[in-house]
Amino acid sequence: MATSALAPAGRQSRRALLHRLDLKAAPYAYVAPFFVVFAAFSFYPLVHTSWISLNEVNLLTLDDKTWVGLDNYTALLKDAQFWNALANTFTIGVISTVPQLLMALGLAHLLNYKLRGSLFFRVASITPYATSIGAAALVFTMLFERDFGMINWFLGIFGVENIDWEAQKWPAQLAISSIVVWRWTGYNALLYLAAMQAVPKDLYEAAAIDGASRWQQFTKVTVPGIRATVVFTVVLSTIGATQLFGEPLIFGKGPNGVSGGADNQYQTLGLLLYQEGWRNFRMGQAAAVAWAMFLLLVLILVLQRVLASLASRASSPQGGRR
Amino acid sequence: MTTEAVPAVRPATTPGKAGRAGGTGRSGGTGRSGGGTSGAGRVARALRPGAGRQLHGGPVAYLLLGVASLLSLFPIYYTLVAASRTSGEVTNTPPPLVPGPNLFTNLGKAWEQANMGTAMINSMIVAGSIATCTVLFATLAGFAFAKLRFTGRNVLLMLVIGTMMIPPQLGVVPLFMMMADLGLGQKLPSVIFPTLVSAVGVFFMRQYLAEALPDELIEAGRVDGAHSLRIFRSIVLPVCRPPMAVLFMITFVQAWNDFFWPYIALDTTNPTIPVALTELSTGYVPDMSVVMAGALLGTLPLLVMFVVFGRQIVGGIMQGAVKG
Repeated sequence: MATSALAPAGRQSRRALLHRLDLKAAPYAYVAPFFVVFAAFSFYPLVHTSWISLNEVNLLTLDDKTWVGLDNYTALLKDAQFWNALANTFTIGVISTVPQLLMALGLAHLLNYKLRGSLFFRVASITPYATSIGAAALVFTMLFERDFGMINWFLGIFGVENIDWEAQKWPAQLAISSIVVWRWTGYNALLYLAAMQAVPKDLYEAAAIDGASRWQQFTKVTVPGIRATVVFTVVLSTIGATQLFGEPLIFGKGPNGVSGGADNQYQTLGLLLYQEGWRNFRMGQAAAVAWAMFLLLVLILVLQRVLASLASRASSPQGGRR
Repeated sequence: MTTEAVPAVRPATTPGKAGRAGGTGRSGGTGRSGGGTSGAGRVARALRPGAGRQLHGGPVAYLLLGVASLLSLFPIYYTLVAASRTSGEVTNTPPPLVPGPNLFTNLGKAWEQANMGTAMINSMIVAGSIATCTVLFATLAGFAFAKLRFTGRNVLLMLVIGTMMIPPQLGVVPLFMMMADLGLGQKLPSVIFPTLVSAVGVFFMRQYLAEALPDELIEAGRVDGAHSLRIFRSIVLPVCRPPMAVLFMITFVQAWNDFFWPYIALDTTNPTIPVALTELSTGYVPDMSVVMAGALLGTLPLLVMFVVFGRQIVGGIMQGAVKG
């Protein structure tokens, strides 16, 4: 500005200095809050978890730590309940994630049509996402009730005997998965829908000229076109599945659900972590479970990458349009 | 307008077999779907129906979407039904399908018996402060990542995205110890602090600003001698109001529904909604209709928000999606 040009040289250089400081330093100040909070409350605890897992720590006397080396891990590996929880986490994860994402894909495809009331359909699909895990799990627990639940009543119309969903392993896992599927299908569908709308139209026209049927267009153009989003949702839902906690907890009637049923038939790693730490007061053991959860997650994600690259290599001569 | 868009000439290449998801909207128009496309495009459509994108949904699409909407909404509706009946009616076979007259009595009981009043206020405070801070920090960081030049920008952005891969639940054991050390055990700040920032939020705001805010505006601000915080306040914030509102709502929903850590960090005397609802499931409150009234109360604020701002939330989730 005109005034600053007439100002004394000292003030001008100070302004210039401030200006340079603003250019150089301000961006770091703006991104700093994210990294500070993340470091303090996510990264540090994650690293600290590994240290705690090498100690014996009682919940009631948190400051007394006894070094036990890898004892917590060897105890875990010998513990049948751990392997059971690992298997349950995996199976519930598969029966909740796979149908969820496939149905989301179908739903997104439908939502992608020009529709009357499309806003209603979209909002309706993500309403479950707005429902608290607590509320959703409470309703589903009631719907799956053995004696008066609506689902048994409905199945009864077709002559099916009342199923004791909670007491048996697979029915219980199916019921819990249905809560997850219900809450997340619509959300994933919206993500797919957004990606589908970004696929260039000419690709479909080119495919049509090549004589591709509607189904072929879907598998050869739409699905590869939204690959990045599919990967994103697969990763997100896998993370969610390995951390599963609230749904089985409430399905098992609150605090009683920590054991995941009378025979641990639906105890997940998340529940086991809580049980070890806040029921058995063994924080070191709980930290070891947390690391097991993390390893499971990494392992599954790596496996998914390998499978995906194998699959794309197998189909690349024709399917690798994008 | 939509219904009469059924094509006048249905090409012979469209037999009855509907290839699952692919076939549902076939009744939708051959010609209508893309108004002003090139000649080649029109030829393609003549060759194969449904070559374009935005086809009109046919009856099958409406039917399937109707079923999907029903499945989505029914559990919530049933919560309302059960919450408005007596405990005896709820356990009848066949179960009741329409609301009864007891809604407000049950809501009142749930409010008293399950500590829902405290839970409601706590959840408002927790979700409100988390959403406010997340939006503020995400906008600041998003602005820096989208519009400011600094060394290490791309590396830091990748780092932000990478943090999405780390589930915060893994650190609960040391986090619990940390909160105990800080004297925050069972207090609300213990559930607020860990979630004050969101990687998704930063990424969301960055994407928006990169597209919506022209560089020239910022350059103009610089020429006028504005420092970057001034630019942020008078140029970036006004542009960002819509996405900030959306991010606020999405973060609010997530914070309201967050389960694992609040369940560990808080107890039933000072709960958030999910913690209080878990208490309801124990059978401590034996009346099923009161339990359902509690569930309804716990979701009500979010449902109201979704009814009022549904369009914005849907748009926000879709904007935040990874495209391509």
